[in-house]
Formats: sequence, structure tokens, C-alpha cells
Amino acid sequence: MSNGVNVQALLDAREALKGAPEAAQFTWRASSKWQHGVHSTTKIQKFFGLGQEQSHKSEAVFEADHPEIFAAEDNGVTPIEYLLVGLAACLTAGVASVAQNRGIKLNSVESVVEGDHDIRGILGADSDVRNGFNDVKVTFTIDADASPAEIEALVAQSQKRSAVFDALTNPTNVTVEVA
Amino acid sequence: MYVTTAVIGAGHAGLAASCFLTAASVDHVVLERGEVANSWRRERWDSLRLLTPNWLSRLPGAAYEGPDPDGYADMGEVVDLLERSAKDVPVRTGVNVTSVRRSSEGYTLTTGEGPIRARTVVIASGACNRPVVPSFDVPPGVEQVTPFGYRNPSRLPDGGVLVVGASATGVQLAAEIQQSGRPVVLSAGEHVRMPRVYRDRDVLWWMHHSGVWSQRYDELDDLTRARRLPSPQLVAGSTLDLNTLTSMGVELVGRLSAIRDGAALFSGGLRNVAALADLKLNRLLDTFDEWAGTAPGERPEPTRVPKSARWRLDLRSGEIGSIVWATGYRPDYSWLDVPVVDEKGSLIHDGGVVGDGLYALGLPVLRRRRSTFLCGIEDDARDIVDHLRLHLAG
Repeated sequence: MSNGVNVQALLDAREALKGAPEAAQFTWRASSKWQHGVHSTTKIQKFFGLGQEQSHKSEAVFEADHPEIFAAEDNGVTPIEYLLVGLAACLTAGVASVAQNRGIKLNSVESVVEGDHDIRGILGADSDVRNGFNDVKVTFTIDADASPAEIEALVAQSQKRSAVFDALTNPTNVTVEVA
Repeated sequence: MYVTTAVIGAGHAGLAASCFLTAASVDHVVLERGEVANSWRRERWDSLRLLTPNWLSRLPGAAYEGPDPDGYADMGEVVDLLERSAKDVPVRTGVNVTSVRRSSEGYTLTTGEGPIRARTVVIASGACNRPVVPSFDVPPGVEQVTPFGYRNPSRLPDGGVLVVGASATGVQLAAEIQQSGRPVVLSAGEHVRMPRVYRDRDVLWWMHHSGVWSQRYDELDDLTRARRLPSPQLVAGSTLDLNTLTSMGVELVGRLSAIRDGAALFSGGLRNVAALADLKLNRLLDTFDEWAGTAPGERPEPTRVPKSARWRLDLRSGEIGSIVWATGYRPDYSWLDVPVVDEKGSLIHDGGVVGDGLYALGLPVLRRRRSTFLCGIEDDARDIVDHLRLHLAG
């Protein structure tokens, strides 16, 4: 039974890093450049982890813009939509990993992520409205060789161990500086 | 003074150790900083009762003999039980151990009444010596209370109360504070849900008979996690889960993640911690049904999570008068001058065997799941004293 997740490597890493917390410190990086209007291009390749510089196999490029109804050119998805990408990808990876660890074969895993957003916040139209999402809803449709309760447990456990779920549900210190 | 075995603490664990040491004719002394059952007398709130029914609340040499085996002992009754089990125990009360260090013959204990030399030591000083309080910047004007300082709701200031933590302590205090007329906001992280009664039997009857409580520490998938598990949402006599509290008018919020600019910020993950607890509870009930060989009984209603729980609570608005930190307890080993405590403050031991004649008793899931409860001490103490005898013979 394999979902293609190397769970043994993850379990080995967990054991190894228990005694080496400094190696567990990662820094993820993105470099962004303004293009024109509200269009920007962000590139990701290098990161730091396991005590040294690391690199993805290749550079990934993300275009961000706003839709035409925002009077923009729509050269890419809206920045806040990237949060949905991150959440869906993180929870899905979690479902696959937990399933692998529990010996559950996955046939298909699909999800729809919806973020409810009152844009009066970012427009400054109402100071009582926050800028970010008011509610985020993820709906999974999973076909697996498991009972409904086991599938629910996969989804629950994936949230419990999700970096993006944590980053969205809990406050994080953010420092923005001008270099 | 020299003894073969020094036992530190005359609570249920130290007294149980003494019982088996006496049976094995091992010369020993039980050192107690206060009096027998000191923590039960002084470090508990007024309404607290044991989570185990009386028929389960047995110690070596003292079982419940009263008229209500299905009742739950209050602290006076627990003290009585411990005193009965202490009647033949060589306890020296009022002796505070301030240091334990290795010596050529075993250990040297520094106490208020002079040094004590011992070949072996049993640490039975308790699992709940100090309340754990996260370090947050609480605005002045909001009173803060731990379960060690809390006695009853009337001592809290008027106004709303933020109870942080939804283990047995948190849900019990939330319920009685809400009933006192102070509106409670309960911050719930990961928790363990249990109904008081399942299919007409106390849930701990099921834990006891089905074998769940007998699971050994060295057979568990994740022992570290089992030992860190919050105490179950239980109270004497009736179910007290998050649904009960919601029905009483308690407001549920997520885990407290920060206090920033005078506002408490709660995790948006409340729904998932509730789902995890519901799933885990149903798996436990499945285990009971499997053991009983019967069709599944009725499942408790899933936890009702507010559609959008508040994630921000202004602590400067006057809504909240006090915070009750029901965020757990930890043992205190500051007096233990032997390098057997890990960087998180936990004693390093294998089923209570620390090594070199040093032992521990009375810690969660020490040798079995039952170890966390009063009734788990008898088997653990027997095992530990067996090991200790072999060490002495060794």
C-alpha cells in the first residue's frame, strides 16, 4: 500500500530532530518585484534548513494581480487567494501523509477552499471590518479504502499538523522593514 | 540517619510504596514535607471530588467501606482514605527534602532535620506540584488565579471570567463559576471528552473492565503523548463536556494563542479540536463495544461549536474581571540534584525505574494507563518495589 509518501523518512527525521532542534530551524523565502499597477511577480527557489542553504530543483514564479472588477489587469491571482493555495496544498499533503502512516490507501482527494472576505476592510470603507478573511471553509471529498470515521480522522489529524492551518488560525509576529 | 529506602512524599504513591516495602521487609522511611495527604488537603478547590467512583478508589490496605460505592469522594474522604492506608507506615511528617544527590552507597538527602543516607530512593512527590501558567502579558486590573489559589467562585471578582483550559479542571471550574452568575468564556485547546455514563455504567467502569486502563506503558504507540494527555472532561456524578457547558451559557472560544495590546487572541481551530475529541471519544466507545461483543450503544451528540467563535477578547473593556489558568500542572524536581530530568522538566524513567536505585511513583501513565488515577497505584507500587528488591539483592 503506498500513496507515494515516504513516511519512514518523515518518522526518521522526527526522531533525528528531537535531539537536534537547531537543525530543525528553517527559513522559507520568497522574492517579489513590482511590475505595474497592482501586478507583482514573486519567485521562490532557495530556503534555509538542516543547518545550511537549500534549493528547490527549479525556481517557481507566481504572478499576483487583482481581477478586472477591481479595475486591475488580472495578470495573476489575488494575493489573498495564494493563502487558499497554501491551505489546500498543506492539508492535502497532510491527508496523504497521515493516510500513508495509517496504512490507508487513497483513491482520490479533492478539496474546495472558500475564503469569505468583506472587502470594505481593505477599501477603508468601514473601520469595523477586518482586512482579512472572516471565515475560511475547506470541503474535502475523499475516496479511500477506509470508513467515514477514519477519513474524518485523517482530515482532523492533517489540520492538527498543518503549518498553514496554524499560520492562518493563530496570530504570528510579522515585521516589515524598508531595507 | 541511614535507611535502605527513602520514600519522598506521603501521598497515595508514597503510602502505597511503603505498604509493599513493609511486606518485603525493606527498612524504609516516608518523608513528608507537610502531613499525610498534604496536597489533597491544601492544594485543591472546595468542590473537588475524585473522578473515580468510590468502588474504584482503593489503595493498598484501604478500600472504600462506606455506604455509597457509586459515589465520588470529596477531599475530606480522600484524606480519610489516605490516613487509613497510612496507619502502619513509618512516616516522618514536617520533613522537607531540599536535595537528593548521588553518594557512594546510593543517595544522600538533605532535609530540614539533617541528612539522610539511603541506598535507594522512591520519588513519590506528586505529578501536580505546580500549576503551569503560560507567560502572557495580561493587562493590570484583570485578576489571575491558578487552581492552587482558587477555592470557590465567591472569591473571584465580579464580572466575566476567562477560563483557559478544558481538561477536568477547566470544565469543572467553568461550570461552577458560570453557575455563580459570572459569565464564563472557556478557551479550549486539545481536550479529552468523555460521557460520565455509557450504557448505564460509569465510563471508568468501562476503562477498568475493558482492559483499556491495563494497557502497559511499553505497549503504547506514543507514550510521550499518552503521558501528556490532558485529564478527561469528567466530574463526579454527571456528564460535563463542552455541550453541557454551552447549554449552561458558557461561551466557547479556541485555544489562547496570544495576548496582544490587551486583547486575548484565540485560535481559529476550535472546530478541529472539538472534531478530534469527538472522533477519539467514538473510537474509545467502539473499543468498549468490541470488548463487550455487542452492537454499538448510543453515541453522544457531536460537540456543538459556535458558528463563528470569537477569536479576540478585549481584556481592557471590563468584560473580563479575572482569568483562571486551568492550563495544567507539572511536577517540581528543583530539589533533585541527579541528572535525570529532561530539558522540559520531565523525569526520565522507564516505567518508574529511573536507574541506580532511584524510582518514581504516582506519575501519569507510569506503567499503565491506570497509573494516572488513585486506583492505579497498587499495581505500580508492587512492580516498583519488586524491581527495588532485585536492585538491593543485585
